[in-house]
Amino acid sequence: MVQDLLHSSPSLLNFGIFFAMALAFLFVILGFVTYAILAERKVLGFMQGRIGPNHLGGRWGLLQTVADVLKLLVKEDLIPKASDRPMFIIAPVIAFAPAFVVVATIPFTENLQFADLNVGLLYYIAISGITIIGTLMAAWASNNKYSLLGGMRATAQMVSYEIPLVMAGLGIVLLTGSMNLNDIVLAQQESGWFILWQPVAFVVFFIAAMAELYRVPFDLAEAENELVAGFHTEYSGFRWAMFMLAEYVYMFAMSALIIVLFFGGWLPPFEFLSFIPGAVWFGLKFAVVTYVLYWFRATFPRMRPDQLMEFAWKILLPVALANIFLTALLKELLNIF
Amino acid sequence: MSGDKDLDQLKKEAVAKAKAAAAAKRKAKEQAESGAKEEVSPAGDDLAKQKADAVAKAKAEAAAKRQAKEEAESGAQEEPPTADDLAKQKAEAVAKAKAAAAAKRKAKEQAESGTSDEAPAAEATGNDADDLAKKKAAAVAKAKAAAAAKRKAMGQSEPEEEASAGDDDLAKKKAEAVAKAKAAAAAKRKAMGQAEPEEEAPAGDDHLAKKKAAAVAKAKAAAAAKRKAMGQAEPEEEASAGDDDLAKKKAAAVAKAKAAAAAKKKASEGGAASGDDEKAKAIAAAKAKAKAAAAAKAKAAGKGAAAADTPEEPKQPSPNQKYLDKYVEIIQKHLGEDVLEDSYINNLSKDVPTLVAKQDSYYKIAEFLKFNESLSFDYLSEIHGTDFETHMEVYAHLYSYKNRQSVALKVKIDRDKPEIESLARLWAGAEWPECEAYDLLGIRFTGHPDLRRIMLGEDWIGHPLRKDYEPYDVEV
Amino acid sequence: MIRTEEILLNVGPQHPSTHGVFRLVLTLDGEVITDAKPVIGYLHRGTEKIAENLQYTQIIPYTDRMDYVSAMTNNYVLVHAVETMMNIEIPERAEYLRILAMELNRVASHLLWWGTYILDFGATSPLLYAFREREMILNLLNELSGARLTFNYMRVGGVKWDAPEGWIEKVRDFVPYMRKMLVGYNELVSGNEIFLNRTKNIGTYTKEDALNYSLSGVNLRSTGVKWDLRKDEPYSIYDRFDFNVVTRDAGDAFARYECRLEEIEESLKIIEQAVEQFPQDGPFMAKVPKIIKAPKGEAFVRIEGSRGEIGCYIASDGKKEPYRMKFRRPSFYNLQILPKLLIGENISNLISILGAIDIVLGEVDG
Repeated sequence: MVQDLLHSSPSLLNFGIFFAMALAFLFVILGFVTYAILAERKVLGFMQGRIGPNHLGGRWGLLQTVADVLKLLVKEDLIPKASDRPMFIIAPVIAFAPAFVVVATIPFTENLQFADLNVGLLYYIAISGITIIGTLMAAWASNNKYSLLGGMRATAQMVSYEIPLVMAGLGIVLLTGSMNLNDIVLAQQESGWFILWQPVAFVVFFIAAMAELYRVPFDLAEAENELVAGFHTEYSGFRWAMFMLAEYVYMFAMSALIIVLFFGGWLPPFEFLSFIPGAVWFGLKFAVVTYVLYWFRATFPRMRPDQLMEFAWKILLPVALANIFLTALLKELLNIF
Repeated sequence: MSGDKDLDQLKKEAVAKAKAAAAAKRKAKEQAESGAKEEVSPAGDDLAKQKADAVAKAKAEAAAKRQAKEEAESGAQEEPPTADDLAKQKAEAVAKAKAAAAAKRKAKEQAESGTSDEAPAAEATGNDADDLAKKKAAAVAKAKAAAAAKRKAMGQSEPEEEASAGDDDLAKKKAEAVAKAKAAAAAKRKAMGQAEPEEEAPAGDDHLAKKKAAAVAKAKAAAAAKRKAMGQAEPEEEASAGDDDLAKKKAAAVAKAKAAAAAKKKASEGGAASGDDEKAKAIAAAKAKAKAAAAAKAKAAGKGAAAADTPEEPKQPSPNQKYLDKYVEIIQKHLGEDVLEDSYINNLSKDVPTLVAKQDSYYKIAEFLKFNESLSFDYLSEIHGTDFETHMEVYAHLYSYKNRQSVALKVKIDRDKPEIESLARLWAGAEWPECEAYDLLGIRFTGHPDLRRIMLGEDWIGHPLRKDYEPYDVEV
Repeated sequence: MIRTEEILLNVGPQHPSTHGVFRLVLTLDGEVITDAKPVIGYLHRGTEKIAENLQYTQIIPYTDRMDYVSAMTNNYVLVHAVETMMNIEIPERAEYLRILAMELNRVASHLLWWGTYILDFGATSPLLYAFREREMILNLLNELSGARLTFNYMRVGGVKWDAPEGWIEKVRDFVPYMRKMLVGYNELVSGNEIFLNRTKNIGTYTKEDALNYSLSGVNLRSTGVKWDLRKDEPYSIYDRFDFNVVTRDAGDAFARYECRLEEIEESLKIIEQAVEQFPQDGPFMAKVPKIIKAPKGEAFVRIEGSRGEIGCYIASDGKKEPYRMKFRRPSFYNLQILPKLLIGENISNLISILGAIDIVLGEVDG
């Protein structure tokens, strides 16, 4: 359906349909973010021997995050006097928009995908890189030293980890010969999940992805114990909510990407289980991956920036490069694919 | 004990100087109102004991005397030891029991009129007692009266403990076979206890009965402890402690023989005074348990004697005396004879050897203490200043991890121009504490790397820990 | 040619990892600290000045508010000073109650430190685990004293309240539980690679530095100085218990971490023994005059608090109020070495170093 629309001639009706769909999708994602946050708090609560939200919206606290978002929306909009006002205002938008844009290319099931791009993987990584501009703008515009330090850290971290991320993804591109995410998923139908073929790439990719997401143990950019709140120290209310939103949408997107690249997307793990719809499989895998992210958050302390850089450049990158080399070698010698 | 040697001499001297001492004491009392009341109280204990045993008294006297002299020599700004004076006056006036009773009565009346406000009552009593003394009434009387009044006054705020304390004293006195005056005192106290509007009286009665009946031993121990504590609440704690020891030794000697009698007498006295059914009860109980009481008392006396080792210590050279001697010797050998203003063992502070440096040699001594091989005080545990109104003082507590020894180094400095060399160059750990002393007391440490007002900030006016500090308020 | 400039960064007074109102003026070259100047005094309440107008018993609540994490030891140092001056003998039962209270409080204090120290590194779970156990201790102390933090429990001559029925049994049960939990603590954190990277060889100083800067407690012991006042200048009845003085030689943040965790175990040992030896009955308060008056003179005593040597200096002129009272507050002394440790370090190490010193601002500022 989406494909047909993409190929039809542009018209106001087309625009309207796209707009409506995007809006619907936005709310789906917002719904996800709402409950991802709730789930995170519940999981953390479970792991830390406490209950988590349990008052608002029944005993599961189902409306807790909704209430939190409402609170953020009605909060006073504070803009520091000495800040660079236009930049300060536009920065959260720049940070959030790419997060939403990258989701367009993720194939959730065979049919549920907004844009089936041939350069899907590249598109994802390229677009997600824009967010860092928003982060840096926010940091700079805040005119706050903590923000600046946080922004610098975030940028350095993003730039550093983008490279191993791409390099780890390259192994899969080598195997499938395509950057189209649909093709990558379908390739796994014959050969099995790529986590089996590319375990090293998976580890590197997962670590780099966590760093991209600023998740513990890589949350230096907003290391609250050092930098108060990092680049968004001066933000509050809905502007701050947009950063949070961007972060969680990225978590959504990145988890989806990991599933697509390494866990066979919507494919069932075994052929005989294929009577269960792909959307369910995707959802289950998705839950597991996000759960692992929460789990890490409950377990790990934070790394130090210099160690983080060393880790990216001295360990992850060589490993990823070696992985590409090995993959190419195997592919050439064994000719599996 | 060297005090025994000059016993006779001291005794004579004591008699001779009795009046002068009394005058001195009076003066001291007038100077410090609350000081007066606490001096009197332990004195009463002393008297009780001394009355009981002449030898003990003499010894205590001698000890007190000697202590006083030492203290006077050491330049500690303490008042003339009261116990000493009292002892002398006592020696002069053992026979004046009736006058004592009169004084007592009067004092008590005053104390009563003072009601719950303890301090004025005690003060009034002290003054009144002074007057009596002036009128040639015996010092015994005064002391006793004051003690009783004090006990009374304290008892009002704390019925149980104080009443029992009073009983303890009673027990002690009785056991030491003091006859009529004491009995009167007991009666008096008892009567007053009942007359009190507060619930003190029942408590006192209860205690009397109970104590008389059974817990002579406990009372004894408690009394000893109490006296010790009270004795130390007074500047001349050695004198009082000394009395304690003697009393205890004596008590140990006569304990068994007197215990039963004491209990009985006490019971009868208490009973007579209260004049109610408690009398019979108390007597019966006392008789029934006389034996037990005697045994317990003997034990308590033994225990007391054992416990007495602690207060005895100050009289004997402190275990740290040798260290002090060593420090002083080394310092004087290397830095000269006149660098130290004073050196002593601070008995109140776990016998820490204390050196008082002269202002100009303070840093030199500190440096020496740190770097000398055999001293090597490599750790500065504490440094702070105090405003003593007449002067400022800086107190540093040093420790040597090599020798596992402590020393306290003090220096007195001019209050109007408080300036002293900084120790931060020797121990980096002195940096902030010296800033603190500068901030709160205004002591200027020369040679300090970064002397600033660390707590209050540079814009604060005045130095709060100075005794004459007035808070500055822009709005006032 | 790129022109670079140093940044002046004010860390605090309100900052998540200064653990209170502590301000640190840092000069940064990038993320490297070139100069550090601590500014304290934001929590200065003039305890010593206030004390000059209060009777000794009335001062006790003020000591609670100095090191509010480990108030029992503060209580103790004051009453110990007065008792030393007055030469009061403390009843057995009171001594044991004091030891139990102090050691439980020490465990609670170290637990709080452990939790917050790991929290400074961004791991949230250990804090909650530590608080779970600390909560049990606070409940025990609450039963004992009626307060959870500012206990106001000790008195000159003994303690304010006797142990309630069944309290000793609860303490007895707590010890094995806490031991079990400690194993879990070590499994969760002590071997974590990231944690090790952030603490090993961070904030290292030598034995000589430690002595020179008047450090005490774990900060001193982590350099290999075997010094614990409970062992070396026994006060109260500490000489009756068998426990070790925990030392490490490395002198870095991790050594201090290890020392504190192991000190919890040693404290548990003491608690265990004290529970066994706990006298069945007897008074918990010595016979002391209602109005406590320290004799004229001065005294300085020091005891081993949770953070180091707590000292109490009293100059008395024989009145019921002290003439001058001064507390040697270990955090105040321990913090002095901070600028020396910070210079040349990455700003991220600031929290490893500051956290490992274990300060309580109420105590730093007095």
